[in-house]
Amino acid sequence: MAGEIWAVGEIADGQPTRLTRELATLAAGLAAASGRTARSVLVGAGASAAAESLAAHGPDVLAVDVDAGDRPVAAAIAEQIAALARDRQPSFLLVGASNDGRDVAGMLQAMLDWGALVNAAGVRWQGDGPQAEMSVFGGRLVTQSHLAGDHGIVIVRPSAVAAEEAAQPGAIERVGAAAVEPLPAVRVVDRISEASAVVSIEEAPIIVAGGRGVGGPDGFAVVEELAEALGGVVGATRAVVDAGWIGYAHQIGQTGKTVKPSLYVAAGISGAIQHKVGMQTSGTIVAINRDPDAPIGEFADLMVVGDLFEILPRVSAAVRARRGG
Amino acid sequence: MRIVVLLKAVPVVGNEKLVDGWRVDRSAGLEANGNDEYVLEAGLKLIEQHGGELVTLTMCPTPAMEAIRKALAMGAARAVHVQDPALAGSDTLATGLVLSAALRKLEYDLVFAGADTSDGQGGIVGAAVASRLGLPYLSYAARIEPDPGAGTVRVRRISATGYDVIEAPMPAFVAGTQLLGEPRYPSLRGIMQARQKEIASWTLADVGVEPSSVGSAASQTEVDSATPPPPRGGATVVREAPEVAAERIVEFLASRRLV
Ligand SMILES: Cc1cc2nc3c(=O)[nH]c(=O)nc-3n(C[C@H](O)[C@H](O)[C@H](O)COP(=O)(O)OP(=O)(O)OC[C@H]3O[C@@H](n4cnc5c(N)ncnc54)[C@H](O)[C@@H]3O)c2cc1C
Ligand SMILES: Nc1ncnc2c1ncn2[C@@H]1O[C@H](COP(=O)(O)O)[C@@H](O)[C@H]1O
Repeated sequence: MAGEIWAVGEIADGQPTRLTRELATLAAGLAAASGRTARSVLVGAGASAAAESLAAHGPDVLAVDVDAGDRPVAAAIAEQIAALARDRQPSFLLVGASNDGRDVAGMLQAMLDWGALVNAAGVRWQGDGPQAEMSVFGGRLVTQSHLAGDHGIVIVRPSAVAAEEAAQPGAIERVGAAAVEPLPAVRVVDRISEASAVVSIEEAPIIVAGGRGVGGPDGFAVVEELAEALGGVVGATRAVVDAGWIGYAHQIGQTGKTVKPSLYVAAGISGAIQHKVGMQTSGTIVAINRDPDAPIGEFADLMVVGDLFEILPRVSAAVRARRGG
Repeated sequence: MRIVVLLKAVPVVGNEKLVDGWRVDRSAGLEANGNDEYVLEAGLKLIEQHGGELVTLTMCPTPAMEAIRKALAMGAARAVHVQDPALAGSDTLATGLVLSAALRKLEYDLVFAGADTSDGQGGIVGAAVASRLGLPYLSYAARIEPDPGAGTVRVRRISATGYDVIEAPMPAFVAGTQLLGEPRYPSLRGIMQARQKEIASWTLADVGVEPSSVGSAASQTEVDSATPPPPRGGATVVREAPEVAAERIVEFLASRRLV
């Protein structure tokens, strides 16, 4: 029988992450298209509890309750998935393109000797396996790729599909943790929370981003105000992150995050290639820049020439007025 | 302290293109991958602080002189380049295999890699190499603090809610990010000195990897098509006074149902 398609999940605050739910929906879709079986696999402390809500997306859930203790979770997940995969021989593993997910995928690649399609913005079934759509070379090309053999790993970006609940929820199967040859020990000494780090710009449908044109940390107030009025989140260029005006979690571009919101507002951003590669596949791009020749004008849909401090507050007010607030 | 930095030579950002179907065109010039320069910088600072030697390790089927020379000019002591025509078309699986084989021939306390690459975008080669070598793997580093006395290394790992402080015994593998700090510019002196530095060229035979297990023939991933995305329409330009400009923005957003 043709091998199963597994969605490898992550747990945060006792629940499957949003990306994990998307992978479950994606696995279900690929299974429907191929006549194979989809399964979600959750490894971690509280896995069987988190499996309850993950099962709503359709595929049956394998839950391995194992406490990573003071080890980073990626190693514990990879060890258990590798053991399960050797035992049950799935064909394809869908892994999320989060930090932990990419670590898990790299470890699994080495442990299983499997190929990997990375950074998939979309996945569909084509012939005998998954075909991944990737945006490469700063968005100048879109590639479709497949795995050469009959098995492999697909690393899937956030929002490749929308998570959907299935008519029929899946069953939950609790699996005991396999005795594994553990990966070398790394110990978590401390976990520090920083309010500035908590921003999900990769999932946001609307982003208002500020660049060096905002002039200083206080200049971000007008950017934040518009983000709030539009119901979006704040993004940034590396220039302002390096300057310490805003946290790295907000950075978009080559060494920051890649985003694809429906609306991207770029305020005081020149549009350097390293910024462009992280946002140019956004649905609609609106730029506000004093310089009519700023490169961002070459790939914006609306280029507004003017001072962001005079324009943004007026847009915020008009948006709020429209919303009747 | 001995540090090996995995330094990938990537097509110059903005100039990337494909030739012969799906091959990356390396003839248009290569530069050091952005994230790799951050870990290189972090490594150089650690050598300045603790003494020792930093070596770069690059796998690339074609000469990658500009990227390697720049690393040497920044301060790397020497470079190893695994260069073999059979490597052309290698995927992440083969890259992990070759880099780990090459590292088996080198001595180190720490191996550094970038969090991901501008061309491959995988962000998985580091974890794969560490796993193959049985090294502790510390990723998404914003700060790297080895303690040679205790034989351990501490890393600030970026998390979804802040950062984790993680620690492991050395030798260890660290994948780092931009938060490690801006890479230095090579000085004139550095550029002159780089000319005398050794660039060892290793073949697949030197690292003990079968040519049949790398390159296009062994690749586990295949490209079906590569097409430009649908073109953007070109910008509507607004140059009116702020009041009018703001109205125009809102009208535009409304016309696309974004407000
Ligand atoms: C290896 C590497 C990786 C990099 N990674 C990234 C990355 O991930 N993300 C990233 O963003 N960059 C990255 N960069 C940096 C990138 O090259 C640019 O330097 C950066 O994007 C510029 O940021 P900016 O647009 O904010 O600043 P600038 O380029 O300085 O642009 C500021 C703009 O604001 C406009 N302006 C000024 N005042 C006003 C005003 N009052 N009203 C309206 N407009 C105004 C100006 O006309 C100008 O166009 C990277 C660079 C390297 C070398
Ligand atoms: N061909 C290569 N030569 C040297 N280092 C590499 C190579 N490929 C990947 N790496 C290292 O692995 C990291 C992650 O690469 P990737 O998984 O391809 O995004 C890079 O930042 C490099 O440090």
